[in-house]
Amino acid sequence: MNDMLMPSEIVAERPAKLVVEGVTKWFRTPRTTVLALDNLSLTLAPGEFICLVGPSGCGKSTLLDIIAGLTKADAGRVLVDDQLVAGPGRHRLVMFQESALFPWLNVFGNVMFGLKLRPDLTAEQRRQIAREHLQLVGLEKFADANVHELSGGMKQRVALARALAPDPRTLLMDEPMASLDALTREQLYADIQQIWESRRKTIIFVTHNVREAVCLGDRVILMTGSPGRVREEFAISLPRPRDINSVALAEYAQRITVALKDYMSSEVAE
Amino acid sequence: MKRAMIAIVFFAALVGIWQLAVASGRWSPVLLPSPLSVLDYLWSAVRDGSLLEASLVTLRRLAVGYAIGVILGLPLGLLSATSQYAQDTLGSLALGLQTLPSVCWVPLALLWFGQSEGAMLFVVVMGTMWSVVIATETGAKTIPPIYARAARTMGSEGLHKWTRVILPASLPFLVSGMKQGWAFAWRSLMAAEIFVTILSGFGLGQLLHYGRELNAMDQVIGVMLVIVAIGLIADKLIFAPIENFLHERWGTGLRGA
Repeated sequence: MNDMLMPSEIVAERPAKLVVEGVTKWFRTPRTTVLALDNLSLTLAPGEFICLVGPSGCGKSTLLDIIAGLTKADAGRVLVDDQLVAGPGRHRLVMFQESALFPWLNVFGNVMFGLKLRPDLTAEQRRQIAREHLQLVGLEKFADANVHELSGGMKQRVALARALAPDPRTLLMDEPMASLDALTREQLYADIQQIWESRRKTIIFVTHNVREAVCLGDRVILMTGSPGRVREEFAISLPRPRDINSVALAEYAQRITVALKDYMSSEVAE
Repeated sequence: MKRAMIAIVFFAALVGIWQLAVASGRWSPVLLPSPLSVLDYLWSAVRDGSLLEASLVTLRRLAVGYAIGVILGLPLGLLSATSQYAQDTLGSLALGLQTLPSVCWVPLALLWFGQSEGAMLFVVVMGTMWSVVIATETGAKTIPPIYARAARTMGSEGLHKWTRVILPASLPFLVSGMKQGWAFAWRSLMAAEIFVTILSGFGLGQLLHYGRELNAMDQVIGVMLVIVAIGLIADKLIFAPIENFLHERWGTGLRGA
């Protein structure tokens, strides 16, 4: 970080309070109907960082889609600062699993995409904010690069900059680390924590990696599938910044993993 | 430089083989003129202006027919890719008509439009449009849906989504569709010009046709060379730069892999 004007000085949206109330979602295929989310409720305080953990197919990504407004729930509702979510909106931006960067734009163009949809900014402000966010993720030198020229970790950094630049109140992260190698992931854990400290967003981070969840979250919410439900919550009281390799973190992760396995085996028994 | 040299040697060798075949004397010069006599024809046709005029007439027809074909074909292709109903109806129609060799449109065009520019244009548009529809549809269907989802979360909807996401995401396929359309337009126009004799303009195809009527083999081969050259130049000047840009942006293409 250098002495240049940092993003928080231009844009300062306060983080959102997020309430999920009794959300239920069915998936209908011609053959079967699956209950993907069963009367699921969740409350996030403004600026809280929670991690949704669960096995594949437990509905955590579906829940994220519903909060983002990309999918409609069959019952229940999502409130952001007491406002009903009816569709996608720039205050809830999503960082996707695989890099959803646009290959027809260069790195700078990708970060500008969401900014251009904000009529309240001038062209110069947009460019300024985009530059600052590339700097925030350490990629200011790659502004003119094409997307395919970046490594997987760099792509996800650009995706993070793209999601942060329009200054959403809530950031929804859908397994953003799933395709990255361990070393790149560790660096990103540190970066995400630092960025969250400085930018304070309400964050929902979806993952199936328990240690990752403990490393990042204020709370870890355990979900199990068929039907998708919240089973248990764990408040993580470790000091930040957290190191994914620390012993204390491993102990937390161990406890949560055991709980997860219990739920999953009892499910099989049912 | 090296690439240019190799290409020059290759084509010089082709002309050399041609000359050798002529020199062997096995074939009548009426059927196989020497490279020099073809060059002689080309030079005289350039000087009396007939070649240039025919080329211009042909290129004008091509440009108009191709433009109409692409302007109709691109949106229909995108429509067919996004709507199941459009695909079942329009898509099937395009698939069927695309397999029809464009020369098959000539009799119909002649009956409908007579010996006119309209007939010519109709054949070119029919030859171009359906292949553009098919290529665009195939391409647009392979766009990963995550682009549209990501764009929606950032507030891109409706027209903005179409112009800033769907359209650029499908650029590589649009360009290959347009390129395919170009090849088809060129073929159909030549078919039309050979079969439709009209007085409103004397194109390369007609020049070729009269070369045959007059048994002027040097003219036939000379005009064929010009037709090949125009096809090559269009590809190098119009499509190659666009394709290179796309390959660089998207990181696609085999060269350098």
